[in-house]
Amino acid sequence: MIELLATVGRVFIGFLAHVGRLAAFAGTAISHIFRPPFYLRLLLRSMIEIGYYSLPVVGLTAIFSGMVLALQSYTGFARFSAEGAVATVVVLSMTRELGPVLAGLMVAGRIGASMAAEIGTMRVTEQIDALVTLSTNPFKYLVSPRILAGTLMLPFLVVIADIIGVFGGYIVGVYKLGFNPASYIKATWEYLKLVDVVSGLTKAAVFGFLISLMGCYHGYYSKGGAQGVGAATTNSVVSAAILILVFNYVITTLYFGK
Amino acid sequence: MTMTEQPKIKLTNVHKSFGKKVVLDGIDLSVAKGESVVVIGGSGTGKSVMLKSILGLLTPETGSITVDGEEVIGMGSRDRSRIMRKFGMLFQGGALFDSLKVWENVAFGLIQGGQMERTQAYAIALEKLEQVGLAPSTAELWPSELSGGMQKRVSLARAIATKPEIIFFDEPTTGLDPIMADVINGLIVKCVKEVGATALSITHDMASARKISDRIAMLYKGRLIWVGPSKDIDHSGNEFVDQFIHGRADGPITMELRA
Ligand SMILES: Nc1ncnc2c1ncn2[C@@H]1O[C@H](COP(=O)(O)OP(=O)(O)O)[C@@H](O)[C@H]1O
Ligand SMILES: [Mg+2]
Repeated sequence: MIELLATVGRVFIGFLAHVGRLAAFAGTAISHIFRPPFYLRLLLRSMIEIGYYSLPVVGLTAIFSGMVLALQSYTGFARFSAEGAVATVVVLSMTRELGPVLAGLMVAGRIGASMAAEIGTMRVTEQIDALVTLSTNPFKYLVSPRILAGTLMLPFLVVIADIIGVFGGYIVGVYKLGFNPASYIKATWEYLKLVDVVSGLTKAAVFGFLISLMGCYHGYYSKGGAQGVGAATTNSVVSAAILILVFNYVITTLYFGK
Repeated sequence: MTMTEQPKIKLTNVHKSFGKKVVLDGIDLSVAKGESVVVIGGSGTGKSVMLKSILGLLTPETGSITVDGEEVIGMGSRDRSRIMRKFGMLFQGGALFDSLKVWENVAFGLIQGGQMERTQAYAIALEKLEQVGLAPSTAELWPSELSGGMQKRVSLARAIATKPEIIFFDEPTTGLDPIMADVINGLIVKCVKEVGATALSITHDMASARKISDRIAMLYKGRLIWVGPSKDIDHSGNEFVDQFIHGRADGPITMELRA
């Protein structure tokens, strides 16, 4: 019994130590975003890597989600003769939920993993130590640009995802379900409020921060050669995905909960 | 060298453990200005840990490490970065940045640490590459395109590019063929002499140790069990040293097979 308690205690203390280390890591990374020197070249490179090269996967995810949303809500609402709500359902679901969550999950798989692998490899091959000996702060050089780029670029990706998703719904609505194009577009705009878009973009910024934070954190503390880097990569994706879903709920509650 | 001259690096009773595992168990070592000291010892005895403690990449639990008379353990980050500018380090695996070209690697300390213009740093990088026997055409290559020996040369060029006062070499010849190892040893001697630097190296390659050192120290079980001039290494009268330099399996040193 005592032993069991001791084990539980150890696990709990281990968990707290982990959270403490993560908080310190995030704090240091954020503080370096605001203190010179700034590595603009690296920031730009990360922004292109995250924003531009994620466009195809985010775009594809968004268009099929928009299409399936239109189809599903049509068959569902037809039972209540409420087919007219299709356009509204598509645009609200995309901007509030699916845009940020799907883009977040896809980017977590793409970017979070590659950040963890890259920084993890640098850790186990002593490149991070080499940075320090060459008078360069690894937080400033490796972590802060990536976290800033993630936070800035996810909202951009989500705007694109929203537009493409709505367009996907439009295609299905007009060409498959026979809606009138003009009235579909009108219905799309009619019930869309600023807060729907803004809440989605807030989520996007938070998710972008969390994805790059997880990628950098797990990479930075990886150890034990190739195997350790592999574990860091997996952990960064899994933890980012879970955090995205948790924070999605939290932010939804803050904006719309009552 | 007079006895009163201040040592460049001085370690006093340095202890470092990882969890229950004691790696450094009271290290005392002093390196004079312009001197080249080599620490020998088996794999996993803590040679790299010792260097990283001096560099501030690891923090010893107790003891003192001074550089030019200044205590560096527990030093603030501003002072630390001032001390760091005195150092050059050649890492065991080279540790070249694989996202940067060869010349950017060599010039890294000048551009990032020293805020030099890229064009000027490029010229110095070419000069340093030539110094380690690499053609200017290698400057535009990526580290992954180089052989192991060339990577070591590039790392060496990077380590000396900022004209450091103190250079550390972590197993500079490990993993190279004997001829390339000798070339690297020659380059180390030449580069250290050229910049008039103080050198602290670690290796388990005796040929290398003999060639690049003024003094040799042997690390065993967390302590330096023998320190003396390189020419005395063959008649140290220490059976641990004898066993090590002759590479015999039998003797007082038992390989610890548990990690
Ligand atoms: N960061 C670390 N965390 C835990 N153990 C370490 C760490 N660095 C080194 N060690 C352990 O310290 C011992 C000495 O390592 P090292 O100094 O790299 O040996 P070597 O003499 O071959 O350079 C090894 O057993 C290694 O496992
Ligand atoms: Mg080592």
